[in-house]
Amino acid sequence: MEKLILPDIPHLRHIDVYEMRGGYQALKKALGMKPDDVIEEVKKSNLRGRGGACFPTGLKWSFMPKQTTKPKYLCANGDESEPGTFKDRAIFEFNPHLFIEGAIIAAYAMGVKTIYTYVRGEYAKWITLLQKAVDDAYAKNYLGENILGSSFSIELYSHKGAGAYICGEESALMNSLEGDRGYPRVKPPFPAQNGLWGCPTTINNIETLANVPIIINKGWEWYSQIGAPKHPGTLLYGISGHVNKPGIYELPTGVLLTDLIYKYAGGVLGNKKIKAVIPGGSSTMWLRGDEIDGVKMDAESLKAAGTAIGTGGVIVMDEDTDILKILTRITHFYHHESCGQCTPCREGCGWMEKILNRFLEGEGTMEDVDLLLDVANNIEGNTICALGDAAAWPVQSFIKKFRDEFERRAKKTPSMKKPVKPPHLVTLEV
Amino acid sequence: MLSEQNLKKLEELKKRYPTTKALLLPVLWMAQEQFGWISLDTMKYVADLLNLPFHHVYGVVTFYTMFNSKPIGKYHIQVCTNVSCMLRGAENIRDHICRRLNVGINETTPDRTFTVTEVECLGSCGTAPMVQVNNDEYYDNLNLEKVNKLLEDWSKK
Ligand SMILES: Cc1cc2nc3c(=O)[nH]c(=O)nc-3n(C[C@H](O)[C@H](O)[C@H](O)COP(=O)(O)O)c2cc1C
Ligand code: SF4
Ligand code: FES
Repeated sequence: MEKLILPDIPHLRHIDVYEMRGGYQALKKALGMKPDDVIEEVKKSNLRGRGGACFPTGLKWSFMPKQTTKPKYLCANGDESEPGTFKDRAIFEFNPHLFIEGAIIAAYAMGVKTIYTYVRGEYAKWITLLQKAVDDAYAKNYLGENILGSSFSIELYSHKGAGAYICGEESALMNSLEGDRGYPRVKPPFPAQNGLWGCPTTINNIETLANVPIIINKGWEWYSQIGAPKHPGTLLYGISGHVNKPGIYELPTGVLLTDLIYKYAGGVLGNKKIKAVIPGGSSTMWLRGDEIDGVKMDAESLKAAGTAIGTGGVIVMDEDTDILKILTRITHFYHHESCGQCTPCREGCGWMEKILNRFLEGEGTMEDVDLLLDVANNIEGNTICALGDAAAWPVQSFIKKFRDEFERRAKKTPSMKKPVKPPHLVTLEV
Repeated sequence: MLSEQNLKKLEELKKRYPTTKALLLPVLWMAQEQFGWISLDTMKYVADLLNLPFHHVYGVVTFYTMFNSKPIGKYHIQVCTNVSCMLRGAENIRDHICRRLNVGINETTPDRTFTVTEVECLGSCGTAPMVQVNNDEYYDNLNLEKVNKLLEDWSKK
């Protein structure tokens, strides 16, 4: 399969190489189309968001109001902080113009005049690389006033984050851009109605936008034939943990998880067996090593397997891994990154971490496992944003699939310590 | 005070956003790069500069982990210990660095050369374990030997 997003072309990040390889032809083509036809093309291609939620991109674009006196905005989401995920960074480094071209086409289709690319602050080096590409695109009038002689003007600005996972959540991202703390907003209203500074806004992931020029160039029919029919295209699968060749592999959706691990990533370190796999970044439900045979990597297949494609960041753990410790570390992450607005998330994540730590210290009991599940269930679905769910899912799936891990480590002798009170999830004194 | 150059940059940035509040993160970045950290006085200065309440600036600085509201060492070593790095031995790297420098996490060496902190996933999971230094350079695929070499190099400079 040909690579579409990260082809093996040396120096592709330079604008002249990119142009020589057909770069910015899709933009020219799109400028000759009606904006609505561009949206229609993307809709028909079945492109779905690569930021984690898999939302149909064309449909999202069509939510943007046509008749409005307000300015419209596009936010390109380069916050990329989901543990196990490192793909957007590769686009900034190896093919930034593909993303820029896609963002311009998206802006044209939605009547947007200003694009903000929000990039996590830690990506200082990649922000510089992106900026170089943006400057070059301005110099060639792909960006700026009346691009390529059309009546269409477009600005693209990069905005640097400052270290907060939550700012990848679309409404937190907008608050952060506006100069506030990254607090997610209650939805509805949705960004297309009431986004940045109260204006219609669309948020798309970097990889999502990088797919757009390909669709415009080759047509929706061609694109929708790649990979899984309901979730077509290629994905930048990131694979990490206990494999011989961790890294990014661009492959069609629907590739076998076992192929990804054994054929592409060179198999498990030291030829060990697999104990657990996280298929799509730390927020997705865990799979047991004996469950991965036949599992395909696309939205529908992973849903059927009880988990999700997420960001396509696969984390492999071998048979000797202390997976309870790994779960505790992940839970610590969500506790640390919780913005603190909703009580179930703020308190619940802390409670889960505490209970898990109790097991690591050999003090946990089997009642604690029920309590842990209870806390997780009380977080899920009861919060402003999906960070709460993202914290609950790994825990819930772990308890379901690895209960024996708790049993093995539970304290055998009856505990002399005070009984644990259930957590307080609803009272908040202000 | 922000440098002349930064103030000039600020004027340019103003064109990019419809409100001055949106300049807060960019200005805080400039301030931190200029002073190394963001003191209460700097926060007051930034609040005046952008016509924002002090408590808003304070709230923002303390919300984001990359803003240092305390002075730090010349080399701020940020060790990722999240899942993919942990699976590749990040804890060893962290403990080794702390032992060699004789500091704990979130501590600075007495000579103010090094500060060590633990950070969340930095998007370098495929080349784990890794550290970032001074919010900038990534050092990945680490092992103890490489860490020793880096620490020696930095100690000399
Ligand atoms: C806690 C949290 C963190 C998120 N982080 C990111 C991120 O770093 N990058 C990203 O593109 N989407 C992230 N998302 C998803 C965004 O909210 C949004 O759905 C996405 O950027 C939309 O783009 P897409 O439709 O192109 O996928 C996050 C969501 C949540 C709940
Ligand atoms: S779920 Fe957590 S991160 Fe999301 S808004 Fe509530 S407290 Fe903040
Ligand atoms: S887990 Fe360390 S860089 Fe992702």
